[in-house]
Amino acid sequence: MTLVSARTQRHDPGQHGRPQGVEPLDRASVPVALTDTEVRRIRNDFPILEKEVNGKPLVYLDSGATSQNPVSVLEAEQEFYEQRNAAVHRGAHQLAVDATDAFEDARATVAGFVGATDSELVWTANATAGLNLLAYSFSNASVGHAGAAAERFMLAPGDEVLVTEMEHHANLIPWQELCRRTGATLKFIPIDDDGALRLEEADRLITGRTKVLAFTHVSNVLGSINPVQELTAMAHRVGALVVLDACQSAPHLPLDLKALDVDFAVFSGHKMLGPTGIGALYGRAGLLDAMPPFLTGGSMITTVSMSEAQYLPAPQRFEAGTQAVSQAVAFAAAVNYLGETGMERIHRWEMELGQRLVVGLQAIDGVRVLGPVAGRDRTGLAAFDVAGVHAHDVGQFLDARGIAVRVGHHCAQPLHRRLGLSASTRASTYLYNTTDEIDQLLDAVSNVRGYFGVDASGERR
Amino acid sequence: MSDLDVLYQQIILDHAKVRTGGDLPESETAAAPVFPGIGQSHQLNPVCGDEITLRVTVEDGKVASVRWNGAGCAISMASASVLSELAEGVVPEELLGLIGNFREVMRSRGKLAGEEEILGDAAAFSGVSRYPARVKCAMLAWVAAEEALRQAVAA
Repeated sequence: MTLVSARTQRHDPGQHGRPQGVEPLDRASVPVALTDTEVRRIRNDFPILEKEVNGKPLVYLDSGATSQNPVSVLEAEQEFYEQRNAAVHRGAHQLAVDATDAFEDARATVAGFVGATDSELVWTANATAGLNLLAYSFSNASVGHAGAAAERFMLAPGDEVLVTEMEHHANLIPWQELCRRTGATLKFIPIDDDGALRLEEADRLITGRTKVLAFTHVSNVLGSINPVQELTAMAHRVGALVVLDACQSAPHLPLDLKALDVDFAVFSGHKMLGPTGIGALYGRAGLLDAMPPFLTGGSMITTVSMSEAQYLPAPQRFEAGTQAVSQAVAFAAAVNYLGETGMERIHRWEMELGQRLVVGLQAIDGVRVLGPVAGRDRTGLAAFDVAGVHAHDVGQFLDARGIAVRVGHHCAQPLHRRLGLSASTRASTYLYNTTDEIDQLLDAVSNVRGYFGVDASGERR
Repeated sequence: MSDLDVLYQQIILDHAKVRTGGDLPESETAAAPVFPGIGQSHQLNPVCGDEITLRVTVEDGKVASVRWNGAGCAISMASASVLSELAEGVVPEELLGLIGNFREVMRSRGKLAGEEEILGDAAAFSGVSRYPARVKCAMLAWVAAEEALRQAVAA
């Protein structure tokens, strides 16, 4: 009985999941952005944000790469190990039942967070693993592994997979390799000089030959939000499957995959206040069950003989071997935290931070912001180039002030090349960032060229 | 001196601006000319995209010139420049020894300081060894020189 009481006590999201700084919203009112005051209180839930780096208070502007964890997430993982740890989906003992309940409750929670049902959500190690799962399953379908039922996942010479020029490598290379294995052709929707998708080109490129359209919801470099419904409608008109990379949207804006009508989507726990090692693949009802498995082994079968095996339906079909159970439980605690705070409010706050970033960066001589200009929609991130100073040096300069940003190509080399760069510096925010932190970044960036002795045109002097 | 200034010594910032040897034309970076005494190496730091193509020419048993074409951060470009100055007129075995010495300092996690009598201006990079993420930047040209030199001597 102690187990049960401990669980109800520690796992009631109303007690532990609710961010300390946020009052429950009046349902009738229109959601407004978080305020700086609320954000300061939210920060108290994140122990790492109290840290000093290089003698300066940490200014964490790298949540696009990985986010930080609130206490409720850390406690959820610890509570699982202290109270409910056992192998899931096997064993008749009480602890195994508790562990399985926790694991499956977590699935329902995370699925619900993106507008899906639990049978439509497969746990993966991360988003990259989810995309590879799809590509390898399609490739298995292409050699007949799931028979005629999997016909719509089959690829052959003459078929096309379509991506965009702004993809993260994780939503590019698995498709390159899939095409290589099947003889299909990989094409891409180009972007314009401002980084926007050229929709007229999309219209031209999406044809009867297109079998898969894979694209990102929000660019991890540009911060732009792609027109998912428009692209999905175009793809569905020709019978193509739509794969959405939701890594930069699921953490930052209200996401309803059903409303978007995509066939598949992936996202990653560690980018949305959860732990590393856990992500999810969404597959529209009916699709996952028709697909052949990718990884095979324990936990995903019904009957096995020495020569062949029958497989469980989704999601277990795609979850071979021991899963990241405690991470899944903590992932659910993370989406509870986000849900309690309110995704619309988080989204609006980050849009404000994003505008503050862009307006401020554009005002600094010699700084070029990638993606939408000030005043245009963008999420709370901005990648930029400082003329004449390499991104690595910019990042080092900022680090000396305690400011953590991402530098390099952000796993999007083709996009950078298209924009005439090999690397950029990216500041990416989350619900716990304040306007003051943005201003500290802007102040620091305005001092970069002076330190390295470069003028606004990028000339070394 | 702040930590940042320890990393970006004035000598490094100077070399990052006026780059010795950094005049190998882009058109000559595709393939190394096949001549005895000439070696060429292309190195890429996949983490940040720093890139260099470096050519070593050996004449009369000594390094006659180190020329390169590169793009990257201040550390990697300054390091290539310093190396180019240091290498000229040195016999190949001695240059290989200097490269080994420099590598040892870079990999020391701040425990070793380069000796100026041995490494010259390159000793200024000692501070880089405290920043594991930047060691590859500093080493880029030296790794290229090592490979190019072995080719040049073997040819």
